[in-house]
Amino acid sequence: MDAIGMVKRQSFYETPSPAGLKGIWAWLLTRDHKRLALMYLWAIMLWLCIALLIGLSLRIELMWPGGTIMKAETYNAMFTLHGVIMIFLFVIPAIPAVFGNFFLPIQIGADDVFFPRLNLMSWYLFMFGGGFAIISLFSGKGFPDTGWTFYVPFSVTTKTNVSLTVTAAFILGMSSMLTGLNFITTVHRMRTKGMGWMQIPLFTWSLYATAWVQLLATPVISITFVLVILERFLRIGLFDPAKGGDPLLYQHLFWMYSHPAVYIMVLPGMGVVSEIIPIFSRKSIFGYKAIVYSSLAIAIAGSLVWAHHMFTSGISDVSIFVFSLLTYLVAIPSAVKVFSWVSTMYKGSIQMTPPLLLALAFIYLFSVGGLTGLLLGAAGTNVYVHDTQFVVSHFHFTMFGGTGFAFFAALHFWWPKMFGLMYNMKRAYIAVILTTIGFIFHFIPMMILGLMGMPRRYFDYLPQYATGNFLAGFGGFMIIAGVGLMFTNLLLSFREKNLAADDPWGGTTLEWSIPSPPPLHNFVGVPEVKSFPYDFSMVGKDAAPTIQTRETDERTS
Amino acid sequence: MNPVKTIDQAFWYILGVSLVLLVGITVVMIAFTIIYRRSKHPDSADIRGNWKLEVLWTVVPTLIALSMFAVGWSSYTGLRTVPPEAMVVEVTAQQFSWLFDYPGGKESEGELVVPVGKPIRLNITSVDVVHGFYLPAFRIKVDAVPNVKSYGWFLADKIGVYDIMCTVYCGTDHSHMTAKLRIVSDDEYRQWLQKN
Repeated sequence: MDAIGMVKRQSFYETPSPAGLKGIWAWLLTRDHKRLALMYLWAIMLWLCIALLIGLSLRIELMWPGGTIMKAETYNAMFTLHGVIMIFLFVIPAIPAVFGNFFLPIQIGADDVFFPRLNLMSWYLFMFGGGFAIISLFSGKGFPDTGWTFYVPFSVTTKTNVSLTVTAAFILGMSSMLTGLNFITTVHRMRTKGMGWMQIPLFTWSLYATAWVQLLATPVISITFVLVILERFLRIGLFDPAKGGDPLLYQHLFWMYSHPAVYIMVLPGMGVVSEIIPIFSRKSIFGYKAIVYSSLAIAIAGSLVWAHHMFTSGISDVSIFVFSLLTYLVAIPSAVKVFSWVSTMYKGSIQMTPPLLLALAFIYLFSVGGLTGLLLGAAGTNVYVHDTQFVVSHFHFTMFGGTGFAFFAALHFWWPKMFGLMYNMKRAYIAVILTTIGFIFHFIPMMILGLMGMPRRYFDYLPQYATGNFLAGFGGFMIIAGVGLMFTNLLLSFREKNLAADDPWGGTTLEWSIPSPPPLHNFVGVPEVKSFPYDFSMVGKDAAPTIQTRETDERTS
Repeated sequence: MNPVKTIDQAFWYILGVSLVLLVGITVVMIAFTIIYRRSKHPDSADIRGNWKLEVLWTVVPTLIALSMFAVGWSSYTGLRTVPPEAMVVEVTAQQFSWLFDYPGGKESEGELVVPVGKPIRLNITSVDVVHGFYLPAFRIKVDAVPNVKSYGWFLADKIGVYDIMCTVYCGTDHSHMTAKLRIVSDDEYRQWLQKN
């Protein structure tokens, strides 16, 4: 520590890449994966906040029967927006684009991704896509009101601005594909000397498995969206029964991407948890290979289960049999991961920190999400709960309780590395607890409403559903308060300037072997690769028992 | 057998096993966090895996999952096997109401009236966008897709009034696209049929 402290440290913040760029251009034209990651971070956090507030407005509307603060048309547009923004602008890109961009190259000992320029282009596509989404709201004949699923024939016949919204999703898909392509190439071609496949950290492994799904599944949705646009303008009749088309074809095409997409969303989150649990248990991950293979199994099997969204749609009973069976098989690798995480803690030396608390909340909430998925996977029970509030609750447990909490965990885990700053622990704990309790308070009533038979996407409801909807509203407010406090606390670290040590948690993967924040060229020397990435036997006793922060700011010395 | 019963059994089976698993995972996780906290347990063991345990927790969940699949599938077959003596009602969905056509030419909107004790077959379709016919009390849900004839059935075993709702988002008044199922005595049913 002290030896390094003497030397003037130049982080990537002080070194523009390419050299010579100044001010805002050092960001807007950068090819540095770390700068791009941060540019994604701010954009994605902004989208998350917008979508959360839209979600809150839905919840307030539902607290009382009938119209409370908006009309049915507005409500329908709002839940569409909430879904489109959350899915395409937060959950899918969040972890890969921010933490993947920042840490994938570092974890494999590389200087940058394989295609830095393409990486910059992905960011611009992401921003253009987001911009298009905004334009689609305020142009044409009103807010899109189809739900994020854009089901035909409704999406073809509604007068609202669906074409522009799906164009936005198309552009965002390009961004996602290019990022996937970049990650795959980087993992294949840029690993440092000595890093074989079984030395790759699990976060990078999860991104690698995800990247293949991004690359192979996204074109399906892109083509589908083009078909919706063609249908709207040219009436080609592909989905129109009057012209011999089939609305179910659309549903197949849509879910052929959108179900694999839920694994695009959750796999990177699982990767984050696989990093956090060992570090704070100071113990090797339990069953490294099982976790690697289960990531791949989820990526492959998850691509073959899409029609379980369509059990009531009129598809044949044979398809239902096959897809229900495959759906159950995809549950196994997720279960293996959960068991491995919990076993990692066995005989560990566990230090509670905000990232660990978030990771444990992830395991609990994701387990609820996964187990409620079992009711949805079985054909007979699926028919009862499909398209009800139960489904909405289920996928919020996996997408928000899963990916969302993993995103929060990653933020708290890597914040000191990305900015060289430590946040206030006490405020972080309060925020995490508030968010978790709010989450449960919000989505458990919703789950019960679903079991009572309340369908989803309902602006108004029958009297028996009033109590549950009223209660869920309070959970909504708590979530907003929790996330608000969490982000405020993180941002306050810029003012409080508690400097973080290079390795505040005692980690073993390569990102903890370099300065916080990292220099432009991530590694000064050749990174030293361990034969097993989670070997804590050397960290043992001499490592500091508590979280390390730096006393002085060497960077300005 | 009445599919309502088999579906509920499948439901409780899956829910019960899931709850046991959830409680197990959560309790073990919290227990480890407390027992192995760094202040009490400063040195961690170097355990990297245990293939026997890993095989066990792959095989056992697979068997559990397959049993759930089987239970779910067999309860589903009940929904698809319509008794031959069932009375047939044609159901047509439109933005934003339900139309019911009876064998004798009788038509009603927003109200499905059937005699008690009979199995009822519903042939379901839509004239505009996709809708979803949902009768939670009898555990049936069938999407109404334009140009597609789908079906569902239920045993009208108890006199009463039940809710019918639309489950596939279909536009502005989606949440108001409801109807009532009235199961009535034979006499009342005959009287209702003859009314206009």
